[in-house]
Amino acid sequence: MKRNKLALTSLALLGVVGLALAGCSGGGGDSGDNGSADASAIITTNGSEPENPLIPTSTNETGGGKILDAIFAGLVSYEANGAPVNDMAEEITVDDPQNLTVKIKQGQTFTNGEEVTADNFIKAWNYGALASNEQYNSYFFEDIEGFSYDADSELTGLKQVDDYTFTIALNKPASDFALRLGYSAYYPLPDVAFDDLDAFGENPVGNGPYKLASEGAWQHNVQIDLVKNEDYQGVRQAQNGGLTISFYASQDAAYAALQGGQLDVLDAVPPSALATFEADLGERAVNQPAAVFQSFTIPARLEHFSGEEGKLRRAAISHAINREEITSTIFQGTRTPATDFTSPVIDGWSDSLEGSDVLQFDVDTAKELWAQADAISPWTGSFQIAYNADGGHDQWVDAISNQLATNLGIDASGAPYPTFAELRAQVNNRTISTPFRSGWQADYPGLYNFLGPLYATNAGSNDGDYSNPEFDRLLAEGISSTDLAQANEYFGQAQTVLFEDLPAIPLWYSNVTGGYAETVQNVEFGWNSVPLFHEITKVG
Amino acid sequence: MGYYILRRLLQVIPVFFGATLLIYFMVFAMPGDPILALFGDRTPNPALLEQIRDQYHLNDPFIVQYFYYITGVLQGDFGISFSGQPVNDILVRAIPVTLRLAVMAIAIELSLAIIIGTISALRKGGVFDNVSLVIALVFVAVPVFVLAFIAQYFLAIQFGWFRATVGGQNNWGDLWLPALVLGFSLYATSMRLTRASVIDTLNQDWVRTAYSKGLPRRRVIPVHVLRNSLIPVITNSATNFGVLMVGATVTEGIFNIPGVGGTLYQATIRQEGPTVVSFVTVFVVFYVLINLVVDLLYGLLDPRIRYAK
Repeated sequence: MKRNKLALTSLALLGVVGLALAGCSGGGGDSGDNGSADASAIITTNGSEPENPLIPTSTNETGGGKILDAIFAGLVSYEANGAPVNDMAEEITVDDPQNLTVKIKQGQTFTNGEEVTADNFIKAWNYGALASNEQYNSYFFEDIEGFSYDADSELTGLKQVDDYTFTIALNKPASDFALRLGYSAYYPLPDVAFDDLDAFGENPVGNGPYKLASEGAWQHNVQIDLVKNEDYQGVRQAQNGGLTISFYASQDAAYAALQGGQLDVLDAVPPSALATFEADLGERAVNQPAAVFQSFTIPARLEHFSGEEGKLRRAAISHAINREEITSTIFQGTRTPATDFTSPVIDGWSDSLEGSDVLQFDVDTAKELWAQADAISPWTGSFQIAYNADGGHDQWVDAISNQLATNLGIDASGAPYPTFAELRAQVNNRTISTPFRSGWQADYPGLYNFLGPLYATNAGSNDGDYSNPEFDRLLAEGISSTDLAQANEYFGQAQTVLFEDLPAIPLWYSNVTGGYAETVQNVEFGWNSVPLFHEITKVG
Repeated sequence: MGYYILRRLLQVIPVFFGATLLIYFMVFAMPGDPILALFGDRTPNPALLEQIRDQYHLNDPFIVQYFYYITGVLQGDFGISFSGQPVNDILVRAIPVTLRLAVMAIAIELSLAIIIGTISALRKGGVFDNVSLVIALVFVAVPVFVLAFIAQYFLAIQFGWFRATVGGQNNWGDLWLPALVLGFSLYATSMRLTRASVIDTLNQDWVRTAYSKGLPRRRVIPVHVLRNSLIPVITNSATNFGVLMVGATVTEGIFNIPGVGGTLYQATIRQEGPTVVSFVTVFVVFYVLINLVVDLLYGLLDPRIRYAK
């Protein structure tokens, strides 16, 4: 009943706003000031049904992540540009690359009145890390002393000093650990959570800028209703009365809802509208780079792709691809050609790293390099890029195949797999016999996150089994350096090694595409492609 | 009659086991690792992967998985989806929404079909008949998703007469636009059936008798003609009802209706055996029951069938 009333209220508000706008359209009423903003208005936005219960350590997809970020607050939160600011934390001290001390602000509470203490973090992290709890995000705790994937083991690196202070000891240097702490896996949990975690996941009690409107506010497959948490004292104070996150099975439906006035903020424009959304929405359209890197990986075990011959062929392939053309024609400018292995929204990113010219389109050089490789060992067979047919990848794979065929004079084509599940299974058990599409969305705004998990020897997501001691060394230097500028310098050098070896061919960075209705203001998208909901105000 | 109904109901049992076994096998035979896919481009730790697979019995052979599933079903438990929700709950949430949509669509379809079809039959060869034929052909030829997009764009977004998407508001009144789209996409066949059937009936001797007895047209047409003409139309609509329950996926996607179409689609993508099988099983049972109802309706419409049984 209450839900319906809420929805009705927001509908009525929409209607009033529509009338108001129609009324002042003659006078060119651009309400630039926020003086008329309605602080109790509910913002409606699109989302998707969370794949898991709303427990921070078991949610690894965007649908649930968006909700968790609204109802929980971590030690730090990120500004739009990815810079961390203390949220629950009073102070985080990096004592050395392996030790941190965290001090929490006193008097902060969960929405059930329970105070947020050091213990809430330690317990939640231990729960998330414990092997038998099967948490999807357990890998976030692998750097903490005591962590084990194989057996249940306590995080011995977490020590409570007093109610509001604890220390973190890491099992290897990770100087960017403090930067990671804004990710949802590190959110605290109230004691009540551990009574019955399944029930908690249905009706989570958080400490963030929003809280569930009521018990059962999560209507599965339909929407979740959040209201402002008045007790929240952190840096993300909500400027609106709450959020209704409607779940859309298709992006097309969400876009139609935005156009039909049922949605205030949209964070994903469907492919069918990419060509027109900027014209449709004008300055209310959003199209900016995001922390998503796309590539295709060429495993070193493939014939012709190892050693000196492999280096030449990889460079030739990279030079033979016209990224500019593909991003502008196929993706309508909603991808940005890659100039490195990370993303432009990450602090320390550079588009002029040494060796990055290998990403430039240059047919003559490509042909020359390919011929040099042929001199070592003549090319045989065909070049294929494996992709999942259910993910909308066919167009760009075809385009790249055509460019490779034309520019290198080889037989090139796409190798579609019907489902993502099948592609990942083959990639994971290494039975895949062709290069394959790959991508990375950052967990936290740090350069290391794009490099370590993907290219370090034996790293978890090193699907191409790349290994280079020089790269490993530079990466280790970077992650052991507590001086951020110094660390990023090392990460840049590590990438120059990648430009030579090209374990994956960088293609482009995905942009976040979205838009908002005339009913709202102050819509800003963060580094992780999610709007900063707490800043949004409704025109009243 | 009672024996007849009982026999029809007992038929559900072999159909139930046959359908679940077959569908479970097909989901099982889908290539790829569904749990691995839940992690996206990130490769999860192998130990964790094994644990989660074990939890869903994915490491067991097909027949063991099916056994776990069917034992649960017999105890009224349809299993757990990958998101940890009981499939029972998912069914209970999704089916009423789609049922509502299907009932509305069929009601729209039938009213259009019977009214237009009867008028066409009465004015055979006239302007109305020809125009209605052309319009029917258009609606048959245009795929439902095209119709849906056009209706959404013009009626909802441009004119603002309806909500563009349904979402949380999915009561009877909120489903008008998708129901209209589905009703219009289906009505043509039923309309032509009505027309042919009514023309056929009008030529029967007893209709002439009725007129010659001096009965007014407003009594002859509804009571004597329509009642005898509607059997093929009802059969067709009943089949449509089954189609709507299962096949409204596209429409549900376009209008964002939280019904079975979208849920089934998502579950298939994620290879969630229990969810997919449970939904399809419910449909199978549904189909059987709908056909039963149709057979019973025959008796109501035509006493000759009733007494023959």
